[in-house]
Amino acid sequence: MTEKKLKVINKLGLHARPASMVVQSAMKFQSTITIVKDEYTIDAKSIMGLMMLAAANGTELLFRADGVDEHEAISKMEEIFNNGFGEEI
Amino acid sequence: MTPSDKTNIILTGVPASPGVAIGKVFLFEDDELVLIEKTIPKNKIKDEITRLNQAIVKTKAELQENQAELSKMLGKNYAKIADAHMLILNDPMLNKDTVALINEGNSAEFAIYKATEKITKAFDLIDDEYFRERKHDIIDVAKKLMRHLLGKQKKTLADLDSESIVVSKNLTPADTVSMREVMVRGFATDTGGKTSHTALVAQSLEIPAVVGLKNITSQVSHGMSIIVDGNQGIVILNPSKETQENYKREHDIQAATQKNLEKLKDLPATTIDGKEVVLGANIENPDEVRSVLKHGANGIGLYRSEFMYLTRKTLPTEEEHFSNYSKVAKMMMPYEVIIRTIDLGGDKISKLGLMNIGQEANPFMGLRAIRLCLKYPDLFKTQLKGILRASVTGNVKIMYPMISQIEEIRQANDILNQAKIELRKEGKKFDENIQVGAMVEVPSVAVVADIIAKEVDFLSIGTNDLIQYTMAVDRVNEDVAFLYDPLHPAILRLLKTIIDAGHNAGKSVGMCGEMAGSPEFSIALLGLGLDEFSMSAIQIPKIKNVIRSVSMKEAKNLANELLKCSDRAAISGVIKKFKYR
Repeated sequence: MTEKKLKVINKLGLHARPASMVVQSAMKFQSTITIVKDEYTIDAKSIMGLMMLAAANGTELLFRADGVDEHEAISKMEEIFNNGFGEEI
Repeated sequence: MTPSDKTNIILTGVPASPGVAIGKVFLFEDDELVLIEKTIPKNKIKDEITRLNQAIVKTKAELQENQAELSKMLGKNYAKIADAHMLILNDPMLNKDTVALINEGNSAEFAIYKATEKITKAFDLIDDEYFRERKHDIIDVAKKLMRHLLGKQKKTLADLDSESIVVSKNLTPADTVSMREVMVRGFATDTGGKTSHTALVAQSLEIPAVVGLKNITSQVSHGMSIIVDGNQGIVILNPSKETQENYKREHDIQAATQKNLEKLKDLPATTIDGKEVVLGANIENPDEVRSVLKHGANGIGLYRSEFMYLTRKTLPTEEEHFSNYSKVAKMMMPYEVIIRTIDLGGDKISKLGLMNIGQEANPFMGLRAIRLCLKYPDLFKTQLKGILRASVTGNVKIMYPMISQIEEIRQANDILNQAKIELRKEGKKFDENIQVGAMVEVPSVAVVADIIAKEVDFLSIGTNDLIQYTMAVDRVNEDVAFLYDPLHPAILRLLKTIIDAGHNAGKSVGMCGEMAGSPEFSIALLGLGLDEFSMSAIQIPKIKNVIRSVSMKEAKNLANELLKCSDRAAISGVIKKFKYR
């Protein structure tokens, strides 16, 4: 299992478009990917789960991947988070 | 007696597109998510899961189709909405819950209802309003699924099979995209104003529309007789035979007049003694250009750029600005296209997440238009860069709205210069001598128009706001709307001051408010020396007709007579005398 804390850095937070981006990227991997925030643990392949997190700018999320491609999965997530989902930071 | 038995029920709304239509109601409703409780015997559970999967496949196909249509109409970014819907449909959370509920012996419909309810309840607990509101996306998808499960077709405007009058709560771009235009004779809606989507679609199709009728959808039924009078802003339900005949007559006269006006299309807007003026059109988006050219406009006197900000959740990029403006500039060549930089209030912009602006007590006098742009220069610069780049694709000019003092023009020009410097660095082409104009709509600028005229390349009078600000009248407020008077001595003097100041400085003066498109004012404006009239495209033939019917000498006389008047009675007298001259 691989874990990594990632921060939402774009201005608008994890709204519909970035959430779609995370889900679409997560679905490319075989590993199960979960996101932990406070008392919630959600499936990174669930758009509703992601939106329910209501992660605004500055929120830290713990990503957990488990499976054959867990390292690749986490580094992909890291890439899109650090890029601010291609939006204004 | 139920309301539907009564004849001649008159409902009053806002006139959104002129003309009269008589026909039958096509009631276009949004369907609701309904609870259908049904249990399934154990041996049928497998079939129920199959039913669910089939509905998912059908919904998927529907979403893909929507996505293609939306992207064709509004661009790829807009189609992202359909993207999110697709992900919701495939969401493991929703699917797991639904399947589990079916396995417990519930029908697929009931399972979807329950699973959706659980999720939306969780969404209701979210503090952030934006995320909380996303539950509607989930409900939308659930409704679609439910419709396919029940084998019901959503009534769309593509279902119109006979000429009808569309009655709806409101119409969105997604509704009108599939509309069979030839079947629609008119619109009547509960909500909306003069610039709502319904109004714009109706104007471009040249069919009558009355909006803001509040509760017409609850008062009509399918197939009911209805008259939409877009001239007066009224709707008549169950019209009597006599009423129908009266309207039929009016309709025929209008059609004949319209035919005559169409013949003017390729003739210039020239007075009897040879003075030519420019008749331009006001538009909101590139789709309207077709109608603009059809009506013989010689330019776009006002390209409102706000639509790009209002139909979305993120700010438009420089590239999007460029693409929207260059599209219009190319189609309008060689005529000019005057692009007004955003004229929005802070409330609209904060929805895009740019900033948090509290409720303003008086938004009309608050942080809007150029004031907002100067406070957020990056937002402004992005738009200016888009306009600048579009300037090499056609005859493009820039116009700043709501200028109230000369410093604002200078500051805006500074940002324009920065935009130019950046474009040069990026190696992107633009017209170095792009013309810049100011809108005259705040009285403080009208009074010192001579000072302003030296600072810009042209002036454009925005009469709607100029009159409201000068008279201190909100013309939407029924109790005081009568005070809104374009021929008030103060307004006429202001108009004269502005036009003279422009001409003394060698600059052209246009007008893009509603006054420019009202035939009753055309001769007076001509007499005051107005160079350019910009209006809703459908008004152009009417105004051209008026201008071609007078001489400049007559027009000047009328303007001079009007300027001497001190009250309403005198003004009416002058106009009457002129009419029967």
